Amino acid sequence: ITFLTLNFLSSPAIQIRFILIQNRAGKTRLAKWYMQFDDDEKQKLIEEVHAVVTVRDAKHTNFVEVRLYACLSCLQFRNFKIIYRRYAGLYFCICVDVTDNNLAYLEGIHNFVEVLNEYFHNVCELDLVFNFYKVYTVVDEMFLAGEIRETSQTKVLKQLLMLQSLE
Amino acid sequence: MPAVSKGDGMRGLAVFISDIRNCKSKEAEIKRINKELANIRSKFKGDKALDGYSKKKYVCKLLFIFLLGHDIDFGHMEAVNLLSSNKYTEKQIGYLFISVLVNSNSELIRLINNAIKNDLSSRNPTFMCLALHCIANVGSREMAEAFAGEIPRILVAGDTMDSVKQSAALCLLRLYKASPDLVLMGEWTSRVVHLLNDQHMGVVTAAISLITCLSSKNPDEFKTCVSLAVSRLSRIVSSASTDLQDYTYYFVPAPWLSCKLLRLLQCYPPPEDGAVKGRLVECLETILNKAQEPPKSKKVQHSNAKNAILFEAISLIIHYDSEPNLLVRACNQLGQFLQHRETNLRYLALESMCTLASSEFSHEAVKTHIETVINALKTERDVSVRQRAADLLYAMCDRSNAKQIVAEMLSYLETADYSIREEMVLKVAILAEKYAVDYSWYVDTILNLIRIAGDYVSEEVWYRVIQIVINRDDVQGYAAKTVFEALQAPACHENMVKVGGYILGEFGNLIAGDPRSSPLVQFNLLHSKFHLCSVPTRALLLSAYIKFINLFPETKATIQEVLRSDSQIRNSDVELQQRAVEYLKLSSIASTDVLATVLEEMPPFPERESSILAKLKKKKGPGAVSVELEDGKERGELNGGGDRGGDASTPSPSADLLGLRSTAPVSGTTPSAGSLLVDVFSEAGPSATSAGVNDDGFLSSAPPTVASEDPAPPLPESDELLNKFVCKNNGVLFENQLLQIGIKSEYRQNLGRMYLFYGNKTSVQFVSFNTTVSCPGELQSHILQLEPLVEGGAQVQQVINIECLTDFIDAPLLNIKFRYGGALQNISLKLPVTINKFFQPTEMAAADFFQRWKQLSQPQQEAQKIFKASHGMDTEVLKAKLLGLGTALLENVDPNPENYVCAGVIQTKAQQVGCLLRLEPNAQAQVHTHKCILLDSRLIMCHQCKSILNSC
Repeated sequence: ITFLTLNFLSSPAIQIRFILIQNRAGKTRLAKWYMQFDDDEKQKLIEEVHAVVTVRDAKHTNFVEVRLYACLSCLQFRNFKIIYRRYAGLYFCICVDVTDNNLAYLEGIHNFVEVLNEYFHNVCELDLVFNFYKVYTVVDEMFLAGEIRETSQTKVLKQLLMLQSLE
Repeated sequence: MPAVSKGDGMRGLAVFISDIRNCKSKEAEIKRINKELANIRSKFKGDKALDGYSKKKYVCKLLFIFLLGHDIDFGHMEAVNLLSSNKYTEKQIGYLFISVLVNSNSELIRLINNAIKNDLSSRNPTFMCLALHCIANVGSREMAEAFAGEIPRILVAGDTMDSVKQSAALCLLRLYKASPDLVLMGEWTSRVVHLLNDQHMGVVTAAISLITCLSSKNPDEFKTCVSLAVSRLSRIVSSASTDLQDYTYYFVPAPWLSCKLLRLLQCYPPPEDGAVKGRLVECLETILNKAQEPPKSKKVQHSNAKNAILFEAISLIIHYDSEPNLLVRACNQLGQFLQHRETNLRYLALESMCTLASSEFSHEAVKTHIETVINALKTERDVSVRQRAADLLYAMCDRSNAKQIVAEMLSYLETADYSIREEMVLKVAILAEKYAVDYSWYVDTILNLIRIAGDYVSEEVWYRVIQIVINRDDVQGYAAKTVFEALQAPACHENMVKVGGYILGEFGNLIAGDPRSSPLVQFNLLHSKFHLCSVPTRALLLSAYIKFINLFPETKATIQEVLRSDSQIRNSDVELQQRAVEYLKLSSIASTDVLATVLEEMPPFPERESSILAKLKKKKGPGAVSVELEDGKERGELNGGGDRGGDASTPSPSADLLGLRSTAPVSGTTPSAGSLLVDVFSEAGPSATSAGVNDDGFLSSAPPTVASEDPAPPLPESDELLNKFVCKNNGVLFENQLLQIGIKSEYRQNLGRMYLFYGNKTSVQFVSFNTTVSCPGELQSHILQLEPLVEGGAQVQQVINIECLTDFIDAPLLNIKFRYGGALQNISLKLPVTINKFFQPTEMAAADFFQRWKQLSQPQQEAQKIFKASHGMDTEVLKAKLLGLGTALLENVDPNPENYVCAGVIQTKAQQVGCLLRLEPNAQAQVHTHKCILLDSRLIMCHQCKSILNSC
């Protein structure tokens, strides 16, 4: 029976809960989830993030605290923060625990964007649409299991180009 | 077309995506998608075997369609097929599809695991990484079972490529978080720790996340990582900005790795080894020094990366809280940031300083920034920054600056954002109380709060001001005068009316000498607000009026007139009507002496932890569950804190002066002595509330356990408590002045799960908080351990799983130990696990029931008991109790309609025991006869049931 196997209170301490890239209209260009959410939950989160992030301007910080389910099965709310940065019409958002290092993730986003820019030669929104399956590869090179995997742009790009050359 | 897609892309996919983008409407999009789905389906079903490229393309299209938000119910098999392709691009799409779309309990998992296994042993680093990323992304238990043994080997093997090591480390981390029981590090520990020394910075970056997680769970096993982390950090910090080449980011050497190293160190106390510690302090000083150096670049990336390290270093300094010099330097650095033009830095500085304020070494240094922080509160554009400023003001407040801070916060409240008002109100209320030197200032502050932000003043806040006024006679006259003045305002907040009503009802006499506030003036003033108020406030005012009759006999006629008016005595609201009727009667028939006793001034409230503080902590803290218990508690004690010596109970100063909140009919006897109220409630309380049997019933009728000064295991009340929970699963299990334990439990077959909610009622943290459960052999329990710290006002939740192996008599013992202010608290309780919890109700027809009943005639199968109906013989109450017992209540089975018969099966792991029960109430003698018949001849069970029935 499912009764005992449900691990109610274990909300594994994952650093990054999700990464989202959205445009100003709220269209998702990438959604990478590092914890289990069901489809409705994901949709709700996507809308919520869009709502809180798009109303902010340059005078605001790049951090927003939000209250989300920490553990869906036990309906426990907890505070998280969205660290985001806007590039032209795209918002890059990372959701982490409130105690995580804001600036490290903020620059984590920028590092990621610079890699995308290099890889796609001046990245634009359409690149992410048409090559969505490659964007996942870039993400996995740089972030894995909700943690930062590799930070060196040189190393990541070298690896990506190597993969690119494979059939 | 994007640069990289030239030549290598899937043309069909690009065309399809363009088509979708060109769709003018949602309908058109759906049409196009359906067409594509039909096409793909026919290709997959077709006779012709698809080549790898086509399969990849179609799977990728399906994935795209899924990501657009449409359901995909086929293609999984094709995706799994792609996994065994030997072409990278095909494999990649296969793995991507699996990661995004396949949930962990898919039946394909075996095939997927097979493919992963092949790739892991392929020695092809690219394939190995794909497989590892898939495991890391899915992280299911099945995968953990299959690969948790293999991955550590890959991680530490000498010939593993660096990039594979990186993936393996994080993959293992994911499995460890999802299924810690399956990842056994034992033999690998030391080699994993030594990855901190790896030449490849990327490997260190990935491995350190794994090590941090493992260290936080098993600090002792991993403590060798401290010195390794310090030396690694030291090498990075002292390197020139270009030494680390690839890992230098905008002239900052390895910022992310530095942050991770500093964070790992926060899992441990300061290093004991002097040399290591010296080296670390040197690192921290260097980081602080670098913050003062001119920037090597004007780019924000440079300063962000540098400051990311700085803030993490400050976190570590605060974590150690032992180096005064570093703490003060950190504070000064943050002080500079408070005025920085970057909003991010101001925000982070406020946040970080908030934790510094609580260190004794830096508290004074933080206080020097008060003006800047007040300014931030007034001028910051981003509400989250203002919020941090308010937090910091709260944290830096002490006796020396309380008046200034409270005044600033009050004036900010006038324009504060709605989102933070309630919290601000709580903070002001707490500071005002905590640092009040003269209580007139306190009263002024709270009344100002109500004036400025009445809507946000929660019950806790105005309850508290009343508690304090009642307990301190030096402020009562002032309070009466001030509320009287405040009530003069033409429009005053309802909360003001409540406080005013209560205080004038108690202490109006203190200002009645002045003709401007004579009794009648006071009454008229209060009554002028009456019609604008909600029912609870009106109820409170009525109570104030009856108090007036006692305080000022000259107002009696006027007030009786008001009570007698149709709008009161025939009010459609039961509560108001009842009060009007009772108060009118009371004032008419009771002698002055009786009145004076009944309506005596409220006794002082027992001093206790401020409920406001608890509320604030709750607002900020985790669990949201506590609300319910808190509520229950307040309510539970409404009905007469007075008769319990008041030591453990915490009577709520609720709206009721008299505590007549209970809707129970007052018994007809004429009130005779001072104990009137107590009598009324002890009669009315239980019978009125026990109808609700399940949760609320318990909460409102349960006598809170009196805290024994020297808790000796197990508490004497334990058994009584146990009985309370025979027919119910939720309620307050235990409460004393420090701790409240709430319980929620659920049972299924022979398994039970209990949630215990430990609430710290004080403002001080409990340390070394530890709980253990000892079970009789017939039960098996599993308890999830808690963190050893329970913050003041916080509530933590613990889960206990229980399995019933066979029948049992003794309940499990729960032992709770913690230190409160240094003193060890040691409490033992019986957990309310009784055999009937494992009842499964069984429905059966009359014939069936009596046939079985007759079959079981041996004496050891039967238990009978005659006992007094201590809780009355109300049908509904009895039914609810019997249902609460867990059995099925069989209607229309017993020929005598007065009797109740029940049937159930007790589920234990070893056996299932049927149980039949008949209850024969004897209304004349007010006794019940219980007869219990067991299908199994186990006497032990019989006795159990007997004792359970006893307690019903």
